[in-house]
Amino acid sequence: MTGVRVAGVGLTHFGSHPDRTGRDLFAEAALAAREDAGVPRDHIEHLNYGNFMGALSERQGHQGPLMAEAAGLGCPATRYEQACASAGVAAREAVKSIRSGENDVVLAGGMERMTNMDTDGATEALAIAADELHEVRSGVTFPGAYALMAKAYFEAFGGSREDLAHIAVKNHRHALDNEYAQFQKEISVEQALDAPPVASPLHLYDACPITDGASALVLVSDEYAEEHDVDAPVSITGSGQGADKMALQDREHLARTPAATEAAEEAYDDAGVSPDDVEVAEVHDCFTIAEVMALESLGFYDFGEGIGAARRGETTIDGDRPINLSGGLKAKGHPVGATGGSQLVEMTRLLRGDHPNSDAVSDAEVGLTHNAGGTVASAVVHILEVDR
Amino acid sequence: MTDAGYDEWLDALDGDGYYLACEEGHGSLPPRRVCPHCGSPDLSKESLPESGTVETFTVVHVPAPSFAGEAPYATVIADFDGVRLTGILGSDAVDDVEIGSTVEAGAATNETTDSRMVRFSLR
Repeated sequence: MTGVRVAGVGLTHFGSHPDRTGRDLFAEAALAAREDAGVPRDHIEHLNYGNFMGALSERQGHQGPLMAEAAGLGCPATRYEQACASAGVAAREAVKSIRSGENDVVLAGGMERMTNMDTDGATEALAIAADELHEVRSGVTFPGAYALMAKAYFEAFGGSREDLAHIAVKNHRHALDNEYAQFQKEISVEQALDAPPVASPLHLYDACPITDGASALVLVSDEYAEEHDVDAPVSITGSGQGADKMALQDREHLARTPAATEAAEEAYDDAGVSPDDVEVAEVHDCFTIAEVMALESLGFYDFGEGIGAARRGETTIDGDRPINLSGGLKAKGHPVGATGGSQLVEMTRLLRGDHPNSDAVSDAEVGLTHNAGGTVASAVVHILEVDR
Repeated sequence: MTDAGYDEWLDALDGDGYYLACEEGHGSLPPRRVCPHCGSPDLSKESLPESGTVETFTVVHVPAPSFAGEAPYATVIADFDGVRLTGILGSDAVDDVEIGSTVEAGAATNETTDSRMVRFSLR
């Protein structure tokens, strides 16, 4: 089975770009990835494209061929929809298609346009990742769903809003030099604690923003990289996907995300690494509590221990295992269908040395990305390793 | 528009509420053809206890537009002895609800969307 290398990466600025069309956003990221890879247009055999709410925000279905065209590709394209894990799944399927020998070069990524809708529209669109009958009708919003998990976490394991505030402060700090990030500004624990409530116990700074943006990666087989002399020091060596019940009410434990554990175990096994080998990670912190549950599900912390990690300085840029050096969804932004791809882009740049925060992980060889859909009814984990 | 299975279940909440159980005792809510926990196709209707216990809740201050008139309201997940229900608790009860509170479930209509839902009341 061939290995899979990241030949090139591209992002748009993540932020508020209400006037830009989805096709323009994706074209920018895809062209940047193509330029970074230096791979000829006609060598790209498939586009794996992630998008969640395009049918609502732009009234645009059938986005695969539209985006291939926008990116200047002449190949077939498939759109993947897996809520916030759409691009993670798109990338995973690209990895699988290269490993299988079906393709040698695949463009993977995603796009979401959100700020052209007002907050009401975006709130309503995000909620459709939950169970329509048993959750959305009962007033469950996206923040509300994570708030139910946060409350259950506090009840089961303890922890406080202040612990969560430290996660927001950390991720904002990490984004300061990230030119692609929506928020390049520091916040304080006090600011986070004093922010208006969204869904108790979560307040404004516990939540990721509403974001427009796109991500793209050119993935190639080892053989292709060698034959065409492609400079691609970062490989995707592990991939896994996990599932859980759609509605929170049907989960065994309301403060755990076993889909992420399932995905991580598959990815660790695939790459032949253990949680202890992972030196840096980008995890799906759509809400501060989500970062906590991710750290525990990935095996970095025992249940109940992850909540204090940022406060203790273990996951900060100068900590033992920095988490979300990009700023995470919290500060970098969360264009839903692009996020899983952007995590892979950020991790690639961190490992190969051209990220503003690369110096913090200059010796790191193994990185992990964790992308979650809905309230982690689906999860995708990738392991990335760099030639040093 | 009706949602077969769900609507009948919701209607029954105000009188003889029920849930689905497989032979392993896993509880779930309709519409379902198989148990979500073990895949068993043998589901029977079991009586839903009259009251449940709040397992987690959130007071929602930024609602979906279809709940704009309700905020602040609580979304509650309550355990009914083997099956959990998710429902709304009105703004009059948000200061009193706690984990462990006892609730009763009934059917209600969202006046904005005209869609039907589970509404809890504190006992």
